[in-house]
Amino acid sequence: MSMNNETTKSHSIDISALGREQRSNTLADETICITTGNLNLYYGEKRALHDINLTIPEKKVSAFIGPSGCGKSTLLRCLNRMNDLVDGCRIEGNVQIDGNNIYDKNVDVSELRRRVGMVFQKPNPFPKTIYENVAYGLRLQGIKSRRTIDEVVEKSLRGAALWDEVKDRLHDSALGLSGGQQQRVVIARAIAIEPEVLLLDEPASALDPISTLKIEELITDLKERYTIVIVTHNMQQAARVSDYTAFMYMGEMIEFGDTDKIFTNPGKKQTEDYITGRYG
Amino acid sequence: MKKWFKSGDPWIWLNAAAVSASLIIVIGLLLLIAVQGLSHFWPKAVMQAQYIQANATGAKPASIRIIGEIHNDEEVSIEQLKDVGINLETDKDTATRLLVKTGNRDISGADFKWMLQPYLTEEEYPEDIIVLERREWGNFYGYLKTVTDNEKVIASGADAWPELGKRLQRTEDLYRQIRDIEKGDIGSINYKMEKLRLAKRRLELDKEDTPENLAKLISRRNILEKEYAVLEKDLSILYSQFNQGSITAETMSGKVIKISLAKIVRAYQPNALNLFEKIVLYIQKVGEFIFDDPREANTEGGIFPAIFGTVMMVLLMSVLVTPFGVIAAVYLREYAKQGAVTRIIRIAVNNLAGVPSIVYGVFGLGFFIYFLGGNIDQLFYAEALPSPTFGTPGILWSSLTLAILTVPVVIVATEEGLSRIPRAIREGSLALGATKAETLWRTVLPMATPAMMTGMILAIARAAGEVAPLMLVGVVKLAPSLPLDINAPFFHLERKFMHLGFHIYDVGFQSPNVEAARPLVYATAFLLIGVIILLNLSAIYIRNRLREQYRAVES
Repeated sequence: MSMNNETTKSHSIDISALGREQRSNTLADETICITTGNLNLYYGEKRALHDINLTIPEKKVSAFIGPSGCGKSTLLRCLNRMNDLVDGCRIEGNVQIDGNNIYDKNVDVSELRRRVGMVFQKPNPFPKTIYENVAYGLRLQGIKSRRTIDEVVEKSLRGAALWDEVKDRLHDSALGLSGGQQQRVVIARAIAIEPEVLLLDEPASALDPISTLKIEELITDLKERYTIVIVTHNMQQAARVSDYTAFMYMGEMIEFGDTDKIFTNPGKKQTEDYITGRYG
Repeated sequence: MKKWFKSGDPWIWLNAAAVSASLIIVIGLLLLIAVQGLSHFWPKAVMQAQYIQANATGAKPASIRIIGEIHNDEEVSIEQLKDVGINLETDKDTATRLLVKTGNRDISGADFKWMLQPYLTEEEYPEDIIVLERREWGNFYGYLKTVTDNEKVIASGADAWPELGKRLQRTEDLYRQIRDIEKGDIGSINYKMEKLRLAKRRLELDKEDTPENLAKLISRRNILEKEYAVLEKDLSILYSQFNQGSITAETMSGKVIKISLAKIVRAYQPNALNLFEKIVLYIQKVGEFIFDDPREANTEGGIFPAIFGTVMMVLLMSVLVTPFGVIAAVYLREYAKQGAVTRIIRIAVNNLAGVPSIVYGVFGLGFFIYFLGGNIDQLFYAEALPSPTFGTPGILWSSLTLAILTVPVVIVATEEGLSRIPRAIREGSLALGATKAETLWRTVLPMATPAMMTGMILAIARAAGEVAPLMLVGVVKLAPSLPLDINAPFFHLERKFMHLGFHIYDVGFQSPNVEAARPLVYATAFLLIGVIILLNLSAIYIRNRLREQYRAVES
């Protein structure tokens, strides 16, 4: 609700008004989790990403912002090779996670995706029970023990701040939940297999403000354990939840750095124009 | 006017008209079949009348007594009658001609007679006329005279009718026992004997016919023969009881004939029945039609073997076609590289659905029966040769033939279903580290089951109505045994079977007694439609339950 007031007041963002403690992060102090080197991506003839060089720190929230079609989701999907599924998509350059290039020929893609979990824009629970949704990844790994699965399901649902709401109806269809709850089931499903990195592709864009708030609180909790990369077109959200922010425009990485700095004192004119609402 | 056109109303009317026309046609057809088919079993009143036999020679017309049911009527023109020498003194243009079922085929040679209504006089409906449904020679119409047992008269006159009822009950029980022994126990023994004969032949072929092996077979054969001897003795006692009773009855020409009780299926006095009794009789007759074996070249009795054969063939076909079609569709949609080749395959598959079904029948005969079946016989049933086991039409080959006939439908429906599964669901599964195959198996295929069921429903609808190819690959007019029985291995897929669709053709157009068969055509058609509807409804029920379960996130 407070969010709405803000948006009506002003287009620019006052970091202190978001109720977030003032922090000052510097990339140099962080352990690096993901780096991309001269990453180019083509959809057929069209070049969608231009020489992206990026380092994403471990156990922090990094946000990609930018106008629609600027390539932020595409970049995100490069990080767990989701773009492999797109016909006519070609990638140059490399992406390293913990020092290993994930585009190497001998990389097991499903193992990579297990380590790099992903949550999509629209909640996409499987048409199964809540329990089975969360247990899906475990069953894929061949875990049969009922007790292990029970434990992991509970832990994951607690981790996704959903346990109290669904503990009495674990065996009901996940499709009967509200959008926000479904999205949290999907997050629980992703964290049930203990990934290292969690990619969130506009996870709250299809949700109402209250559900959005819950997801954002959840992201803040989760960063203690996971490296989180979030794509959002909502700048307030980026400012609220992220430690680092990348601004992308037309397939290029314009600026990447500490969120506070990006929002209060951006280094590039384009970033400033976007953040102050002059375009986009 | 122009405005009215622009408003779109004419189109709505046109569409509504088209829908109503289709509905009227469908409902009309169903009603026609239902009324014609179901009314056949309603006990008709039996008329007695005097009929002046018209003849062309001009001799003094003789009047004869007629007893029978009126089945049909039509108008014939007087002119036409004059041409054949019948001169009716009337000023009307047409006369009514009645189709009367007089039965007693053993005496008169025909069940039905056309009679001119003007020549019928003194029509009455005496209550003591009896109708006997017999195992041979069709119905008997006439008057009951006496009931006899071993040539001794037990009852006559008014006492005869109740006595007949009691005795028929007993005969019916005996008949059941005899049938159970003959079809069940003796059938079983015959089946085992045949197995032993084949086993012996097999030993001979394998050059293992050592004395001890043969002795084993012979000892088993002796046991069977002993069992058979016991049964045969029981049977002969039953038969002597069964054939004891008889009745005498008077036909419409006044002749008195003797009819063995063993030959009578059912006796009733149609004109004496009240509504309730008629309903009971009606239900009995419908039950007999559905659950009994056919008699008299399929024109009497029931059509249970045909129902059973149809249902079993269709179920077998579904079991064969669904996995095959689904696997093909999964490959085409999920794995094959989409391009010119897959497009050509899709076009080819769609065109397969348009090939005349008899072509499949010929293919089935050539490939399945002569090639596959012939080779199977050579390899596994050599002991039975030269008589073929699988190298002859049978229910397995029929099901397979219909399976390839309907596989395009399943492929198309499944592909449609696979393409409708939201990308988000697949990506969600892949993002959890599932491989493509795991995603397919755990998420995509279960969600596509309703579409597969749709394909199966369409396949069933098509297959159950198909007759032409079956005539080449397995259907017969009269199958001695069902493809499923109590003899191990229970499923006898090499057997020939009866089919409702073929039954319609056979009874309606190949039967010597067309008039008697016509209502059966309607009744069988009605039953066939009923069977198809039932099969489809159960499939639809399963599909809707699956749909509910796998209701996807609507995209």
